[in-house]
Amino acid sequence: MAPPTSSQSKPGRTLLLLLVLIIVMGATVALQKAFVPKFGLDLAGGTTVTLSPVLANGKTPSQESLDRAVTIIRQRVNGTGISDAQVAKSNDNIVIQIPGAGRDEALKLVSTTAELRMRQVLAVAAAKAPPVQPSTAAPAPSGSAAASPAASPGVASTAKASAAPSGNATPAGRALSKALTAPTPEPSETKRATTSGGRAAKASPSASASAAPSSSAAPEDASDPLAGQDTSGIDQALLTEFRNIDCSAKNRGQGALDDPNKQIVACSDDGSARYILDKAAVQGTEISGAQAGTDPTTGEWIVQVNFKSKGATQFADITRRITSLPAPRNQLANVLDGVVIVAPTIEEAIPGGSARISGSFTQVTATDLADQLKYGALPLKFKQSSVVSVSSTLGQDQLHGGLISGAIGLIIVMLYLLLYYRGLGLIGMASLCVAAVVTFLTVDVLSHNAGFRLSLPHIIGLVVSIGITADSFIVYFERIRDEIKEGRRTLRSAVEVAWRRARRTILVADAVMFIAAVVLYFLAVGDVAGFAFAMGLTTLIDIVVVFLFTKPLMSLVARMRFFAKGHKLSGLDAERMGRTGRAEQTLQEA
Amino acid sequence: MPGVISRLYRGDIDIDFVGKRKTWYGLSALLLALSILGLIVNQGLNLGVEFRGGSVFDFARTPGSSIEQVRETVAEAGPHQVIVQQAGPNWRVTTESLKAEEVTKVQQTVSQKYGVPENQVSSQVIGATWGGEVSQKAWIGLAVFMIAIMLYLSVAFEWRMALAAIVALVHDLVITAGVYAWSGFEVTPATMLGFLTILGYSLYDAVVVFDMIKEVTGKLGTGAKMTYTQAANNALSHTLIRSLNTSLVAILPVAAILFIGTTLLGAGTLKDLSLALFVGMIVGTYSSLCVATPILVTLKEREPKWQALARRVHAKEVSTAKAARTVKEPVSAGSQGTTPPDDKRKKR
Repeated sequence: MAPPTSSQSKPGRTLLLLLVLIIVMGATVALQKAFVPKFGLDLAGGTTVTLSPVLANGKTPSQESLDRAVTIIRQRVNGTGISDAQVAKSNDNIVIQIPGAGRDEALKLVSTTAELRMRQVLAVAAAKAPPVQPSTAAPAPSGSAAASPAASPGVASTAKASAAPSGNATPAGRALSKALTAPTPEPSETKRATTSGGRAAKASPSASASAAPSSSAAPEDASDPLAGQDTSGIDQALLTEFRNIDCSAKNRGQGALDDPNKQIVACSDDGSARYILDKAAVQGTEISGAQAGTDPTTGEWIVQVNFKSKGATQFADITRRITSLPAPRNQLANVLDGVVIVAPTIEEAIPGGSARISGSFTQVTATDLADQLKYGALPLKFKQSSVVSVSSTLGQDQLHGGLISGAIGLIIVMLYLLLYYRGLGLIGMASLCVAAVVTFLTVDVLSHNAGFRLSLPHIIGLVVSIGITADSFIVYFERIRDEIKEGRRTLRSAVEVAWRRARRTILVADAVMFIAAVVLYFLAVGDVAGFAFAMGLTTLIDIVVVFLFTKPLMSLVARMRFFAKGHKLSGLDAERMGRTGRAEQTLQEA
Repeated sequence: MPGVISRLYRGDIDIDFVGKRKTWYGLSALLLALSILGLIVNQGLNLGVEFRGGSVFDFARTPGSSIEQVRETVAEAGPHQVIVQQAGPNWRVTTESLKAEEVTKVQQTVSQKYGVPENQVSSQVIGATWGGEVSQKAWIGLAVFMIAIMLYLSVAFEWRMALAAIVALVHDLVITAGVYAWSGFEVTPATMLGFLTILGYSLYDAVVVFDMIKEVTGKLGTGAKMTYTQAANNALSHTLIRSLNTSLVAILPVAAILFIGTTLLGAGTLKDLSLALFVGMIVGTYSSLCVATPILVTLKEREPKWQALARRVHAKEVSTAKAARTVKEPVSAGSQGTTPPDDKRKKR
């Protein structure tokens, strides 16, 4: 394009860069066929869910527990990056409004109780209805279990103990007999949790296998899933419950609130195994943080959990205590909302206060679980009593009114710029247009790819940003005019000198806006965070437009006679601006 | 008139912003007092349903009724904050917290107007969606934000400029809040975001002005012919065109939304938000010129360096004015100090 001048910038190339940027974003928009950004709750409506607490015998929940539930649900919603969801108490219910329709995952996420407990496994067996095709079952049972049962503290060693199966016997397998009468469950997923603190890899990956049915097991004892297991220290009622429970049933106790101070019977969450579990050794409230991530060696998704100090001690204690016990008592089950998500074998005591849960997670499920654990368990169990879609809170008239009057405002601004800055005003107008295009494209791309949703405060924020964008080139124009007024320079050098001075002002002022945006984005929640996002975005766009458009365009224009000679309509007419030294010159213009 | 415009255009304008600082301080003090009075008399701001919780009505949607109609109908029955939504086959109307008899009145009105049996207009109490936690986080964010800005401005400029900018910012927020207190306009989350915008805008404006002051006063050496006050005022006059142009460009669209939008649509979120911005931006422009800079100058003139300069310039002027006695000021750096600040303020 323009011939590059020796030491000066190459305006043509810079403009080309911006053009490429715009084309790339435009192409993204076109490829996704996403020509309209997604709107927030106030402009487009969304889905309202009413969550009703489920309580035994018609009790009413306490207000504190409802308040706590509201806080946790709100954190979870915000954790998913939805910026303008609303969560509120309504009598004894909780009402959640989420922008957009069909976001079932988000709805499910917010209403999950997420109560995590870590319990020692006391006995394990396959589900009542094991898979018809045993080959789909989990890998072979771990052979590492000690053959002779060591008396565990608190569990009296009895004669029965000596009847414990040898390491390779799989109690779970004994339940196979009823297989043919039961519906086929999904192939069991192997989930395992392993220890952490850098030693995670030491935990046996096949740990959970003992929880899964195995085709190699002898079928003769099928009548009793507990045959050959050490039942010492287990309540008789639980043994009965264990024999009768049907973990292949659709409802296998998900979402049940278990009493942490009692032994329980629970199913694995895929329905492939059933467990008798000891009292809770560590509770979810002792978790201080959780992150989803990938295992560096295997690359699979895991959830890393950190404990508070009490939880860390408890976790170290339980792992130390059970690690030397025979299988399955050396397994520690992670029970989430009443089902066992994973029950790894503990191969050694784990001090250090962190653990990790692995299994067949995907990025989504791992992140969801980490969020749920991080923000804590809901103090109540809820059911979704209604899910309806709602319209916008503002109505289309407000949006249209806002857009129409905003457009009128923009036209007035353009007229003003033209009137005041004449030729320069054209450059200003072009800058505003480019800023508008870039902003629209960015918002559009973000709303389709990063969960950003445009709401009225954002739109107003964008309208205000017109001022910020305009200011950047106004600062620049005034500097150029100053240089011209001093009368020492040609336009070409004035444009460069003025730029050096204006650039600093623009960067310093934009930095203030950007700091504001970053602080608010990370510290505030909900609407405020969304707004801060928009503010930071427009500040960046302002810099992009001034650096990649206004300045190079100005450099190009400075080579044109119309501007360089200070034509009356160029806005750079030295006479009219009252050049110093000729200040006495009469000014006829109005 | 043309004279003023062309002088403005040429940047050939000389208003003594800093010299008149007592006037500005007085005006600002008055506005602040009025605002605080408004907040006290009206017992704070008229917080919206989102902050306080309220009542929710649900009733079947009849064909042909629009959001606007329902909003009007419910508003006739008494409540002044009315949010109407379609929820599945129903209307969902959220209002401020209503007493039992007011709830009945709304139910009756709705029932008459839309032919829905009164007992099928359900009513519930709803909690705040912008409850304690959200507001609390917003306040924490605001506090950290102020500290971060103070630090940044202290590094980029100096602490006096940081302080002056923050004072101007608080000034703008209090006055805007005062306008809301007196007008009784509802404060919604949208309004809060409007306040935050003002905050950013007010700072931005002050920073641009300070940048120019820094540049101009940076050139002042010991032999300068201007005091800090005069130099700052010069810088202000220099950026005046920019300040006015920028403010005009920012305010015009907001004003369009406020005036045209409100005429077209009547009350609503748009009006609440654009009013906050309109008032805030005008106050913000005023404060960056007439509050932030004068405060900065007051702070700076306490510095020995500038006091000394002020005395020298003063002395020079007195002597050039052919005053009877010649005032000799020692030029050494140790000469600071004892002169009261009043003595160096000068009028042109």
